[in-house]
Amino acid sequence: MTRIGIVAELGRETRVAATPATVGQLLGLGYEVVVEKGAGESASFRDDAYEAAGALIVGADDAWGSDVVLRINPPTEEEIGRLADGATLIGTLSPALRPELVEALAARPITALALDAVPRISRAQSMDVLSSMANIAGYRAVIEAAHEFGRFFTGQVTAAGKVPPAKVLVAGAGVAGLAAIGAASSLGAIVRATDPRPEVADQVKSIGGTYLKVEVEEEMKSADGYAKATSEAYNRRAAEIYSEQARDVDIIITTALIPGRPAPKLLTAEDVAGMKSGSVIVDMAAGQGGNVEGSVAGERVVTENGVVILGYTDLPARLPAQASQLYGTNMLNLLKLLTKEKDGQLRIDFDDVVQRSVTVVRDGEKTWPPPPVQVSAAPTAQTQTTAAEGTAPKKKEGLSAAGKAGLFAAGIAALFVVNTVAPAPLPQHFTVLMLSIVVGFYVIGKVHHALHTPLMSVTNAISGIIVVGALLQVTSENPVMQVLAAVAVLLASINIFGGFAVTRRMLAMFSRGDKARS
Amino acid sequence: MSDTVSGPLTADSIAGAAYIVAALLFILSLAGLSKHEKARAGVIYGIAGMVIALAATVWLTVQGAWGTGHGLTGLILLLAAVLVGGAIGLWRARVVEMTGMPELIALLHSFVGLAAVLVGWNGHLEAPGLSPDLMAVHHAEVFIGVFIGAVTFTGSIVAFLKLSARMKSSPLMLPGKNAINLGALVAFVALTVWYVNDSQLWLLIVVTILALGLGWHLVASIGGGDMPVVVSMLNSYSGWAAAAAGFLLNNDLLIITGALVGSSGAYLSYIMCKAMNRSFISVIAGGFGIAAPTTNGDTDHGEHREITAQATAEMLANASSVVITPGYGMAVAQAQYPVAELAHQLRERGVNVRFGIHPVAGRLPGHMNVLLAEAKVPYDIVLEMDEINEDLDGTSVVLVIGANDTVNPAAAEDPSSPIAGMPVLRVWEADNVVVFKRSMAAGYAGVQNPLFYRDNSQMLFGDAKARVEDILRAF
Repeated sequence: MTRIGIVAELGRETRVAATPATVGQLLGLGYEVVVEKGAGESASFRDDAYEAAGALIVGADDAWGSDVVLRINPPTEEEIGRLADGATLIGTLSPALRPELVEALAARPITALALDAVPRISRAQSMDVLSSMANIAGYRAVIEAAHEFGRFFTGQVTAAGKVPPAKVLVAGAGVAGLAAIGAASSLGAIVRATDPRPEVADQVKSIGGTYLKVEVEEEMKSADGYAKATSEAYNRRAAEIYSEQARDVDIIITTALIPGRPAPKLLTAEDVAGMKSGSVIVDMAAGQGGNVEGSVAGERVVTENGVVILGYTDLPARLPAQASQLYGTNMLNLLKLLTKEKDGQLRIDFDDVVQRSVTVVRDGEKTWPPPPVQVSAAPTAQTQTTAAEGTAPKKKEGLSAAGKAGLFAAGIAALFVVNTVAPAPLPQHFTVLMLSIVVGFYVIGKVHHALHTPLMSVTNAISGIIVVGALLQVTSENPVMQVLAAVAVLLASINIFGGFAVTRRMLAMFSRGDKARS
Repeated sequence: MSDTVSGPLTADSIAGAAYIVAALLFILSLAGLSKHEKARAGVIYGIAGMVIALAATVWLTVQGAWGTGHGLTGLILLLAAVLVGGAIGLWRARVVEMTGMPELIALLHSFVGLAAVLVGWNGHLEAPGLSPDLMAVHHAEVFIGVFIGAVTFTGSIVAFLKLSARMKSSPLMLPGKNAINLGALVAFVALTVWYVNDSQLWLLIVVTILALGLGWHLVASIGGGDMPVVVSMLNSYSGWAAAAAGFLLNNDLLIITGALVGSSGAYLSYIMCKAMNRSFISVIAGGFGIAAPTTNGDTDHGEHREITAQATAEMLANASSVVITPGYGMAVAQAQYPVAELAHQLRERGVNVRFGIHPVAGRLPGHMNVLLAEAKVPYDIVLEMDEINEDLDGTSVVLVIGANDTVNPAAAEDPSSPIAGMPVLRVWEADNVVVFKRSMAAGYAGVQNPLFYRDNSQMLFGDAKARVEDILRAF
């Protein structure tokens, strides 16, 4: 059986790659799970909780020696050495930014999967660890800013005077930006947001922010779901907006990141100098070079004019239990994809674009970078329409109106002819038959849909009226007829008694809401 | 019988009057069934009508046969048959499970069919003294009555076997099945003409066998999912069989009642067909089974997401409105009681819970309603598709329990889908959809359901009953 090892993180990392809840589900996939002692301690997941979920608590060496090792942060050189031959390591590896790490991994006969490399397509959303961590980071950025900010977020009118609401600018309306907009507006602040992609305006509005459009000619269309670097004219106009906003707002949260490139500079030192004293900037891109001039990765900086710049890079880790839970679920979803049979055997299928994209190293062979994945819906939509045109929509092979009218007329004519030529009792019978059919249609047409079954069983009981025919024959002089008639009576009686009884039983069950549970 | 000329206040005239009263009561009975409030009174009318009709007929029989030897044996036979038949009927009605209702009703239809065949045969044996003209009519009536009765009989038997899973529910695919059906009809017409000219017993035997075979083949080639239509169609046939017997015996009561039942069954079939966006002819000819290959099998729908019972319970606890759309799977899993309990608990928490019923959900028209009523779900929160579809847009959570084709977005969105144009419950418009399902297999129509791959839907795999109970425990 394949063994999954949950290893502890290094340094100040507080998160853990699996929670007791996800461990339970990993077991359900057929794996055996071991957890390094104390791995979940700082995320408030105690060893006994893992044990209760069915995992085994082991030492660091045992955990690293597992067939599959789950991690959050990239491993160090030394940790790569602790992996067993043929093992699989899954974690956030930032392969695009750290080629040396990819080389180091490829030097060992192992497989390495980067959870942060899942393509941005809808079916991979459940494994998109960048989104789930960005969501947490966006929320936490607002909380950190609120902590530094010496005022309320929400406006109030109190006996001690009027308090204006805080003004927050969020730069970049990606997942983190949207989370920040949501958190800040639910604290009561006035929130504005910028983003080079105009299509996010509705999303910004939907969670309580105001979208500041950068009015220039060209538009940004992103094929891979991420923002791209922007043009000259655009940048000039955007810079003006940031300068204007910096003088006005109390809090700025910047989230602008471009994959594989240093973060764009959005706020210059001058912009920061123009801000009011006591204002707070959270530079969520500080780890990738920063959106704000003067921000320092991982540090809290106070400028000369009293503006606090937070460059924290560990925002998700500041909500360790929450972050571990979401990360663990992303991890679990990837493992579900890799363990389709739920047999505890991990298989990587390179025909699947998601599995191909996350695989950085396979059996010691470097497979990075993967072929690009097209996620824009436009081309697929096109093929769909052509497909629809190709297979012509099915038409009901119903009759045309004229055909129906013709049939109807023919039926009427046939009835007319039969009645004119038929001998004595027949026309009478037809009269009765026709009237009854019409009455039947009108009576049934109003039946409540819930009573269809009782209706059917009552008509069934009534159709037991055939017993009348059999009764008339049962006293015949012919014994064969008597027997046949008696059998018919018996069958029809079952119908009559059974039909009525079962209908009564059903109807007794139907009850209105007010009486239902008295 | 009514063709004997008679003065006032004979047995015949009294019986005739009683028949008219009985027929009126039957009409009132069916009318009563249209509303919940009047439904029970409707059944009383029906029973009263039946009692009057039977009393009049028995009295008529006793009048005619009193004192003769064969009359006495006849009366004894009659009494025994009614007692035994009544006892069996009451016993079955008492013990039947509500999930087994479709089988019972199909079986009861077969009895009417068989009784009609026997009455028809007696019509042949009876040979009343009639003018040649009327004799020909009489023969035709015998033939038609036996034919309809026999088709109803075997058709219902097959429906019963399919519904009770004693026979495979997939459609039987004989080569040239339409030709077989048509050929049987043509043969029937030819035999009728022959029999009218020369009333031989063997012709009657041949036509009986022919009709039995036709009934068998007709229903065998219809799949399990079309059973709501089949059962109501057989209901209709059993009515026409009774009406044919009425023609044969010159009995207006039989004609009226038969026509009522016949038209009601036809109307129900029409409703069912409309709900499946299909023509009645194509269903009874078993045509749908052919049109359901796995055409879209290779389309990449993406990945479905799973959810646990625990997470579903949390989602439900935080919901403001919940709609439950049950299907045949709920009946199979016998999950109606836990589902009702779930609805009850959610309502106590102030959640607006309603049920959305597709017209062809289950194997019998109105099947789901009966199951939910059995589990004491109040009927005023059980809504029809058209009533609930408008509200699905603003619903927090939809629970799809054992339904598949009736909630398939492809019917509304994919014109190349085999079920395109079929009205469906638009559950995908809700904020969240949880689908209870045993596996990812396609539904009855063999069509993959894109609902399962939507961003807002999640799958809860396993037996519906066990899963709903898990949710209840998680509350």
